[in-house]
Amino acid sequence: MRSMDAERKNTGGHTVVVGASLAGLRGAEALRRAGFAGRLTLVGDEPHRPYDRPPLSKSALTGEVAPEATVLPNLHALAADWRLGVAATGLDRQAREVRLADGTTLSYDRLLIATGSRARSWPNPTEAGLAGVHTLRGRDDAAALRQALAPGPKRVLIIGAGFIGCEVAASCRALDRAVTLIDPGPAPLARILGQPVGEIVAALHRALGVDLRSRTKVARLEGNEAGRVVRAILEDGNVVETDLVVVALGAVRNTEWLSGSGLDAGPGGVVCNEAGHALDTEGRPDRAIAAAGDVARFPHPLFDGRPVALEHWGHAVAQGEHAGRLLAGEANETDYAEMPAFWSSQGGITIKSVGLTEGADSMVFAQGSPKEGRFVVVYGAKGRCIAAVSFDSARWLPAYAEQIAARAPFPPICGGTDEHNLTVLSPGFPEKRTSP
Amino acid sequence: MPDSSLPPDATPPLRVTVDLNRCQAYAQCCYAAPGHFVLHGREALFYDPAPSSSARLAIERARVSCPVQAIRVEDPERQGR
Amino acid sequence: MKTGQLFEAVKDEANRADPYPLYARLRETPVSRQDDGIYVVSTHAAITSLLHDPRISSETLPPSERPRTGNPFSDWIVNPVKDHLTNTHRPFIFRDPPDHDRLRMAVMGQFTHQRVHAMRGRSHDLVADLLDKQSDATSFDLVCDLAYPLPVTVICEMLGVPPEDEPQFHGWATQLASALEPDNLGNEEARAKNIITFDEISTYMRGLIKEKRRHPQDDMLSGLSAGSGPGGEPGMGEVDLIASAILLLVAGHETTVNLIANSTLALVRHPDILARLAGEPDLAPRLIEEMLRYDPPVHFRTRRALSAIDIAGITIPEGADIVLLLASGNRDPAVFCDPDRFDPDRPDIRHFGFGGGLHYCAGAPLARFEAEAALVALAQRLVHPRLIDDPPPYRSGAALRGPMHLRLAIDGVAPRR
Repeated sequence: MRSMDAERKNTGGHTVVVGASLAGLRGAEALRRAGFAGRLTLVGDEPHRPYDRPPLSKSALTGEVAPEATVLPNLHALAADWRLGVAATGLDRQAREVRLADGTTLSYDRLLIATGSRARSWPNPTEAGLAGVHTLRGRDDAAALRQALAPGPKRVLIIGAGFIGCEVAASCRALDRAVTLIDPGPAPLARILGQPVGEIVAALHRALGVDLRSRTKVARLEGNEAGRVVRAILEDGNVVETDLVVVALGAVRNTEWLSGSGLDAGPGGVVCNEAGHALDTEGRPDRAIAAAGDVARFPHPLFDGRPVALEHWGHAVAQGEHAGRLLAGEANETDYAEMPAFWSSQGGITIKSVGLTEGADSMVFAQGSPKEGRFVVVYGAKGRCIAAVSFDSARWLPAYAEQIAARAPFPPICGGTDEHNLTVLSPGFPEKRTSP
Repeated sequence: MPDSSLPPDATPPLRVTVDLNRCQAYAQCCYAAPGHFVLHGREALFYDPAPSSSARLAIERARVSCPVQAIRVEDPERQGR
Repeated sequence: MKTGQLFEAVKDEANRADPYPLYARLRETPVSRQDDGIYVVSTHAAITSLLHDPRISSETLPPSERPRTGNPFSDWIVNPVKDHLTNTHRPFIFRDPPDHDRLRMAVMGQFTHQRVHAMRGRSHDLVADLLDKQSDATSFDLVCDLAYPLPVTVICEMLGVPPEDEPQFHGWATQLASALEPDNLGNEEARAKNIITFDEISTYMRGLIKEKRRHPQDDMLSGLSAGSGPGGEPGMGEVDLIASAILLLVAGHETTVNLIANSTLALVRHPDILARLAGEPDLAPRLIEEMLRYDPPVHFRTRRALSAIDIAGITIPEGADIVLLLASGNRDPAVFCDPDRFDPDRPDIRHFGFGGGLHYCAGAPLARFEAEAALVALAQRLVHPRLIDDPPPYRSGAALRGPMHLRLAIDGVAPRR
């Protein structure tokens, strides 16, 4: 049991949560659970109560779940004021005020920044504005994409083979739509999982019937007279006839509203200390403010204090709850050390990851084998175990998560069951992408 | 999914979410509340995020039988906002 | 008592009725080496860790070696072949991946939620019938009169084993289940007996499977014999099929009996909760999970270390025998507040009542439905049940632990609702 400093326990005043999504909701619940009895306001730029995003690229596209059914369960009574459909546009830390898009302001005693990120749009605004060009981030995006998929487009072109691009491709194939998936990298997901695993993902998508084009880019999108997208011209000169384009080029953190606030915030996120307090441009923590979820960039103690901003579901929950306790005066200054973890499912295969693969210089196939379609890959950097990824083998991952947390030597487990040969491979990460 | 296709009834639905990081595909929920929880392939758990309140007991069985306690449920009739 | 002798005491029948104080002593050393070289793992964290560790093997059964008969043909040709087959085609509870996964998947392909739900309704009817039989009684034995016949009938119907053959394989099942008791693993006589039993039950199963192939019905054995599951799961060879069928039959016999008997014992000892369950049957799912934590049917399972494992400040050496003391993890105060209290309102019960990891109990959903049917009916229909013997007499097993008899005095049985 942690000792609580009653002096610093925050039980009253007004706490404002900007960002009515997973991290914001779990943060608000944690505040209440920690005994915060004051006024609580949640601000969200979308008109919806907090909802769950993972189904949006999967069951919401295939029609198994209605996008509006993804409202998140509320797990602790909030007694909150909801300001939905109105974005925050500015922050004045001296006055302790958040400015909103409707011209009103909210004064705060404590502030939780959970504004998340948005889909990166196609860089050419004219082409991005063509009818039939979509991005996928929110529930309304999923509803629009679902509607566009329903009449049976000629061919869906997906730009970017990251997790969202791959999941959308698999969902479109489940609907029996023709799909072309384009990525400049050597293989899908290679930037995160490395090239050998990327090749396995490539084979999976080819088996699903996806027309996969690696190592190429879309040079431009062309529309017809009605302003509808009709084709994409690739850099290699090839042409893809399409009437539905999904731009899946990753996310941009929503920090613009913080410009001029004096906080150290930019495209990399809101810079925080270990505890999750936002830092000002001088590097001093503002103890009235915490950040959580996609938008927070913080030094991760499990990875030598390297600053990371994680776009993971579990991280939004864990860091949101941590930030809620922090603002309520209940959490320690340095106790956020959640093991990063995410999952994806594509074409019936479940991919799960613990740790962070970034910076890996070696990898081994541990349990299982790609041939059987289920396996664990373990990643190492400088002789330490830093990440593990499973394909349909999730029950081994907790053991590897423990090894990562213990900073075990790489490879951490030898002589295990269903182990073939622990040949150390190079992950072969592609060069960092500079432009789509 | 049976419930999302039903006409909206007077009682609000339950709200369900599963921590799929934690989920290890033990499939106990799929037996407890078939249709509301379904495994696709070996490990991909698909679940109904808004089951009708008439499925309350089945969803409760699913929640409590999860070996890793990954299922969270909000029951609007039993807990105020 | 020294730490290194605590597990010996756990196996001692004198401690069968309440091994929990011994478990509390064992938890003081999360992984402790016993004087006989076995490593006992007793905390929730250490058990969780090892259940997911690929260095832990379930291939712990010593090799079969049929006793000499004096007939050279049997001793030099037939029995060595049989031994080889038995050793290479163990049931999947004693196998590691990838074989374990393949066999288990084939079985689970037949263990459909439709079949389980059909048995749920069937359990309610069976319980009602079994209780009707006690309507004039002033006492009865819950084990013989309900906890045993219910799961045995259910597993027989599910598998497609004729219930009239039950008396024949009752003894076989009890004998084979003793393979989970560590002292029997090392005991030559017990092993020889198990081998003979295995041959007998194999012969029986082979005949039954032949019959299922000829006249397939809507049951698991017919499905498994037909070669592929509804999801196109691949079938299995004859020897694996027999081993799997025997496993399901034996597992369906022993464990659910304990679950129902242990639960009834706890409920009769907590009359307030018993009364609450009668009026609030929706409590049953939560109550059963708490039961699986508080007094589970399987107290421990054995494993072997494939390579050295550093855990909780100790190194388990390669080849060591490991006992995962599941029932002790269930009482770990680091995870459960006031762990020795039976409290169905406990939140987030992460128990080991069905094990965990790759070998998580395949029959868990069936066991839960059977227990729910039995406990709700007992709570609603038994009038003023009292224990005649407290503690009741236990069967000898320390791993599969449960009362041999649970005699209840009653003031009557209410009519079925």
